[in-house]
Amino acid sequence: MPYRFLEDVAIADVAFEARGGTLAELFKQSALALVNTMVQDPAKIRHSIEKKIEVTAESAEMLLFHFLQELIFYKDAELLLFNNFVLTIARTEGRWRLRGTLSGEQISPDRHELLADVKAVSLHNYTVHKIAGGWQAEVILDV
Amino acid sequence: MSARAEKIEFNKPDFTRISDVVWDLPKNFKRGMLVPARIIATRKLIDAMDMQVYDQISNVATLPGIQRFAYCMPDGHSGYGFPIGGVAAFDVNEGGVISPGGIGFDINCGMRLALTNLTRDEVRPHVKTLVNKLFHRVPAGVGSRGFVSLSKEEFINEVAMQGAEWAVRKGYGWKEDLERTELHGKADWADKATVSHRAVERGYNQIGTLGSGNHYLEIQWVKPENILNEKLAAKWGFFPEQVVVMFHCGSRGFGHQIATDYLMLFLAVMEKKYGIRILDRELASAPFLSREGQDYYKAMGCGVNMSFANRQVILHRIREVFSEQFNKSPEELGMNMVFDIAHNRGSVEKHEVDGTIKELIVHRKGATGCYNPGRPEIPEFYREDGSPVIIGGSMETGSYLLVGGPNARTTFCSTAHGSGRTMSRAKAKRMVRGSELLRGLEERGIYVKSVSNSGAAEEAGFAYKDIDEVVKAASLAGISLPVVKLLPLGNVKG
Repeated sequence: MPYRFLEDVAIADVAFEARGGTLAELFKQSALALVNTMVQDPAKIRHSIEKKIEVTAESAEMLLFHFLQELIFYKDAELLLFNNFVLTIARTEGRWRLRGTLSGEQISPDRHELLADVKAVSLHNYTVHKIAGGWQAEVILDV
Repeated sequence: MSARAEKIEFNKPDFTRISDVVWDLPKNFKRGMLVPARIIATRKLIDAMDMQVYDQISNVATLPGIQRFAYCMPDGHSGYGFPIGGVAAFDVNEGGVISPGGIGFDINCGMRLALTNLTRDEVRPHVKTLVNKLFHRVPAGVGSRGFVSLSKEEFINEVAMQGAEWAVRKGYGWKEDLERTELHGKADWADKATVSHRAVERGYNQIGTLGSGNHYLEIQWVKPENILNEKLAAKWGFFPEQVVVMFHCGSRGFGHQIATDYLMLFLAVMEKKYGIRILDRELASAPFLSREGQDYYKAMGCGVNMSFANRQVILHRIREVFSEQFNKSPEELGMNMVFDIAHNRGSVEKHEVDGTIKELIVHRKGATGCYNPGRPEIPEFYREDGSPVIIGGSMETGSYLLVGGPNARTTFCSTAHGSGRTMSRAKAKRMVRGSELLRGLEERGIYVKSVSNSGAAEEAGFAYKDIDEVVKAASLAGISLPVVKLLPLGNVKG
């Protein structure tokens, strides 16, 4: 189960749970859940544009938050959706740092079946925690 | 409202019943509550509310400076931080806080309603064409851009500072529109210096777009028996069989980013600098008069202005489409605005609390300002009547125009904002296919054009509470009274 949408957690918004064997895998699955909230089939996103990103935070939890916010930012500011994420996550001197390359393309209503526009990642009941064999996150997106 | 108090046992918390539509959760419901929570609802609505509502509204009751009650309106349902339908007022001069989670990510999201002098019979043959044209002229959905081309500088210097005034000056509307908009379409406390570059990047190209989710644009009609206050309806320009246009949208990515920016800032300073402890991170707060509190208030003002400008430009597009279709000018078609009112905003207002007039920052999140007659917040044209209140329903069931009632002051001049969801989006989608839903609606004479079939399924009527029951609760509480109910003919869904 890389990610799944949760039915009765958030009535007006979209809740999902994601898992990964590593933190980078968890981030990738969470990003796919976010993209899948906005388009029906993230696999159809082509790789015509690459973006390098770097995000830092005081915890793994807030690192995921800022990473997802970055994707929401690109969706509005440059109309970009991504489905390929090459990520490196490290903790140095007490801070978490993500470096990565995102591959995707501009939103095209002709080719992408659009779903809900995501406004923000909510911190309500937001968690990132270790589980047996990896990491798990529960996230509510404001749509 | 009767002061008679009796305990009622629910399969829910123990409420104190104040009247048939007023229910209190006492301060001992949760540790740290500074005031009780008060829910305005019929018994039927209370029974349908999810448990998280009670948890969230009692969390709100713990915030510093809260006055009287933490309120939940009849359409209340769980949100994040505040419940949707949450109202709370904080005394700005006694350490009262401001919280982005009490206003929402979609700053100044709201409703606008405009008239036509056309009848349903005149419009019916054109509904499909009108909806299809509106769908193209008022972009909706993920990644939509508006037709207004402006630089980031013009956006931040003018749109974010002047709101609908900017739009009207640019020719997107009539001067009269401003007189029919809350705050005359401009938050004069806005300060562009408090807004991040990222917020501008996210929003400057989205003027004139609807967004998605529960945002929509609807062609509606006045069934004769749905005129519920003949005198006011006539004064405000309504007649039987008339066609009107209503739409719902907000401040788009610009407002969303402002809210996120300040949520982060407040989390960083709240406890360390101000000693404020909260029960949900989405309730991050700062004293209203602190530097951070003031910066957020001013940035929120910029979001307010974006949303007024957005709705002004959309109204202009609607007028263009009707004008083309009927070969008459918008003036000839009588496309005057009724009102524009928000349901996600924090407003500084004066209210009486325990016999003293206090300056309060009133948070309304999924709750509409509804002012009793004579209040200074009401535009002059409506002041003696009470403020118009627009409550949007689902695309199946209809919407309402109400007026601020005699008891509006009992909820710090606040009422419901919609019918309120009862079912999650995921569940609604599982229960009906969007294409089937839209076909069924068309058979019933409601033509819907949606960016996404699955998005349409999420907004199915059965996912919402009964809007008539919501209006009944507000009406029995005397906070807002129905003027006219409006039924859908055609709908553009974001």
